[in-house]
Amino acid sequence: MNDTKPKILVFSTEKISDPAIDLAGLLKMHYPSSVYTVTVPCSSSIKPRWIMHAFEVGFDGVFIAADGTDCPYSETCTENTSEIVRQTQEIMRQKGLETARLKMAAICSVCSEAFVRQIKNFYDFLINQKQQENA
Amino acid sequence: MKIGVYICHCGSNIADHVNIEEVRKAIQEQTDAYVVKDVMFACSDSSQKEIVEDIKTKGLDAIVVASCSPKLHLPTFREVARRGGLNPYKYIQVNIREQCSWAHSDDKKGATNKAIRLIKAGIEKARFSEALDPIKIDAVNAVAVVGAGIAGLRAAIELADMGTYVYLIEREYFIGGRVTQWNELFTTNQTGREIITKLYHQLISYKNITLFTGAEIVETSGSVGNMQIKVRIKPRYVKPDCVFDLDKFEKAIEVCPVEVEDEFNFGLTKRKAIYKNYPGEFPEVPAIDFDHCTKCGECLKVCEGIDLEQKEEFLSLNVGAILLATGFDPYEPKQGEYGYGQVNNVITLQQFKRLIELCPDELVYNGHKVRSIAYIYCVGSRQQNGPNRYCSRYCCTAAMHTALLVKEKYTDVRNFHFTRGIRTYGKQEHIYHEALEQGDVVFQSFNDPLCEVEEQDGKPVVKINDFLTRGKPIELETDLVVLITGMVPRKNNTIAQLLKVPVGRDHFFNEIHLKLRPVETVIDGVFISGASQGPKNIMESVNSALAAASKANNLVKKGFISIEPTIAFVDTDKCQWCGKCLEICPFDAFEKVEEGGKQVARVITSLCKGCGMCLPVCPEDALQLHNYTDEQIESMIDDLIRA
Repeated sequence: MNDTKPKILVFSTEKISDPAIDLAGLLKMHYPSSVYTVTVPCSSSIKPRWIMHAFEVGFDGVFIAADGTDCPYSETCTENTSEIVRQTQEIMRQKGLETARLKMAAICSVCSEAFVRQIKNFYDFLINQKQQENA
Repeated sequence: MKIGVYICHCGSNIADHVNIEEVRKAIQEQTDAYVVKDVMFACSDSSQKEIVEDIKTKGLDAIVVASCSPKLHLPTFREVARRGGLNPYKYIQVNIREQCSWAHSDDKKGATNKAIRLIKAGIEKARFSEALDPIKIDAVNAVAVVGAGIAGLRAAIELADMGTYVYLIEREYFIGGRVTQWNELFTTNQTGREIITKLYHQLISYKNITLFTGAEIVETSGSVGNMQIKVRIKPRYVKPDCVFDLDKFEKAIEVCPVEVEDEFNFGLTKRKAIYKNYPGEFPEVPAIDFDHCTKCGECLKVCEGIDLEQKEEFLSLNVGAILLATGFDPYEPKQGEYGYGQVNNVITLQQFKRLIELCPDELVYNGHKVRSIAYIYCVGSRQQNGPNRYCSRYCCTAAMHTALLVKEKYTDVRNFHFTRGIRTYGKQEHIYHEALEQGDVVFQSFNDPLCEVEEQDGKPVVKINDFLTRGKPIELETDLVVLITGMVPRKNNTIAQLLKVPVGRDHFFNEIHLKLRPVETVIDGVFISGASQGPKNIMESVNSALAAASKANNLVKKGFISIEPTIAFVDTDKCQWCGKCLEICPFDAFEKVEEGGKQVARVITSLCKGCGMCLPVCPEDALQLHNYTDEQIESMIDDLIRA
C-alpha cells in the first residue's frame, strides 16, 4: 500500500452486481477511478487464490459485490461467499495482512447507490490505513 | 497470437471523458496487440465491416472491443467475430463507458488511465480465451404478462397469436387499466372502453391465454427460460360457478351500506364495497373490496352468487419469460401546488376527464356551472426544481383534446391554456390548431412555477407573466382550474422489487438501450412495455407492447435457449474425488468416474449452469471454468495493477 490512491479490485457478478455498477455509471454516480472490476458468473465462484493474488500484486483492497439472496443459481450463495471470505481472511491473517482489506457486500442489480456508497467508504478506510502505515 | 483491439469513441460518450488518442498510443506501445485502432462507433456498420475485414486479412486470433457494457453489444461483436471466421468466444468486450468514462466523468486523467488498464486486462483475457460452442437448455414456451391494461392486453394477444402460452396477471379485479377511465380518445374519438371491450373479446377467443384478476406475483425463482412464479389470487367473493344474474348483482350493489371514495373517478364520487367501475366492465361479475366490506350480509340476502367465506389462493406457474406492463400513476399535486387542495375548484386533468363523463348535459363542479376553464400545463413534469425533469409526452395532446371535447359538448365554455410551450407532436399538432381556431387562448411562461393560483371571492384566479405578450402580467378569474398532471411511476410496484428491474433517473423501468434494445432489461428474460418504462401515449404503449411480445416470443418459442458454454471442467491429474464439488453444486452436475486408475470428478455438461460454485471448494484446486480460468483472472489482475 505505497501509492496515495488506494487501488480496489471489485469482483462483480454478470447478472446481479455488474448491472448495478453499470447503472451507477449511467447515472453518473462518481466513485474513485482506481476501482477496477473483474466480472465472474457468481460471487460463490471466487477463488481465495484470486483474492490473494490481487493483494500480492499490489491491490490495497478487494471488494466482493456479492449476489446475496438474488443469486440466480442457489439460495446458499450468501453462505458460500461468506465462507470464501472467511477462508481468505484466514490466509490473510497468516500472511499478516489486515483482514478488513477484504470486504463483501450484497449488491443487487439496481443497488447502484449502495455500490457507490460502499466503495467510497471502503476507499476512505483504505486511505486511513495508508496514512497509519506511513505515519 | 494476433489480437486486434478496437477502441470506441462512442461519439462523445467515451471520448469526452477518456483521451482516446492517449489510450490508443499506450495500447500500441505497451502491449503486443497486432492491430490497434480507434473508431467513432464500433457498433456502426462500417466499423463492423472493418473488424471483419481485419480478422480475415490480418489473420487475427482474437479481438477486443473497448466500448460500452457487454449487456448492450456482446452479441453484436460476437456475431462480428463469427462473420470474420473467429469463434465468438474469442471476442472480449471491455466496458470503458458505463464503468469508466461515465463513472469518472469528473476525472479525465483517472478515466484515461483506467481505460488503458481495463483494455490491457481485456487483452490478457483474450489471450487465454477458448473457442467454445453455446449450450442449449430447455425453455418453457409460456410468458407471464403482468398488467392487463392496454399494453398488457395487446402483448398477451400478440404472444398467444404467435403460439406462446400466456398467463395474464392483473392486480386489480377488472381489466383495462387507465384507458378505461378515459372517454373519447384522440385521433378516432373511440372511447377507451370501446377499445378495451374489443381487446377483451379478442382475448377470450384464445385458448392459450389464462387471465387472472385480483392477482399478483409474490415469489420468483429459476432463470431465463424456466422461471417459477408464485401467484397470489385475492378472492372476488363471488361463487365461480354461480349463474351470472346481473339484476341480482346490481341489487346487491344497491343494498350495500358501505360507501368509500371511488378511485376510478379519482375521488369525485363514492362507490360501494361491492362494486363495478362502470357497466359492461370486464370481467362482468362485480367484486367485493374486503378492505372496506363490513360483512353485514345485506348483499347475501339479495344475491346467492356471493360467498364471503372465500380465501386467497396461491398458484405456482412455470414460464420462460416475464413481460411487464404495469403502467403508471398520474402525478398527484402537492397540497397548495397551483392551489391544489387549498383553492376552491382546482382539479387534475384525470379528475376533469371523469367529471366530463359524469356531467352529460351541463358542466357543473361544486354545484356551480363552469363557463371558463384555465388549464395549467406541465404540473409534475418538466420540473425545474423538482425530481421530475422529464416531459410526460401525452399531456399536451390530452389537454388540447379535452378542451376541444369540452367545447363540443357544452358549447358555452371558454378555454385558457397556461403552458411552457405546447408539445402536440406529430399528427397531434392538428388538434392544437383546431383549438386555436375555435378561440382557445394560450399563455406561455418559462418561470417555475409557471403561474400562480389564488382564491378571490371563492373563485380561482390565475396570474401569469405572459411570454407571448413580452412578459405582460395577466390575471384571469375562472370557474375551474385544471392541472395538466403528467405520469409518474407506479407507487405500489412490488413486482419491480421482486424481479430487481433497474429503474432510471426518472424512476421508470430502464431498458438496456433506448434505441437498440428498447424493451429488454438487464434481467435476462424480463421485458418491459408501455408506460411502466416511461411516459407514453396509447399508440406508443401499444408499439412497445408489440415489440416486447415479439422479443419474448422469440426467446421462448424454440423450446430451448442457448446459454453461455462457460461451464466447469476438471483437471483429472489433480482431482482426488472428495465429492465436495457435487455437494455444493445446486444442479448435481458432477459424477464420480474412473480415469487413469483412480476415481475423479466429471462434469455433466447438460446439467452444469456455469455458476462456478464448485471452484473454491475443491481442496486440490482441480476445477476451472471455461473462459474464467485462473490464468485469465490472474493475468487480468496483473494488468489492472501494472502501471
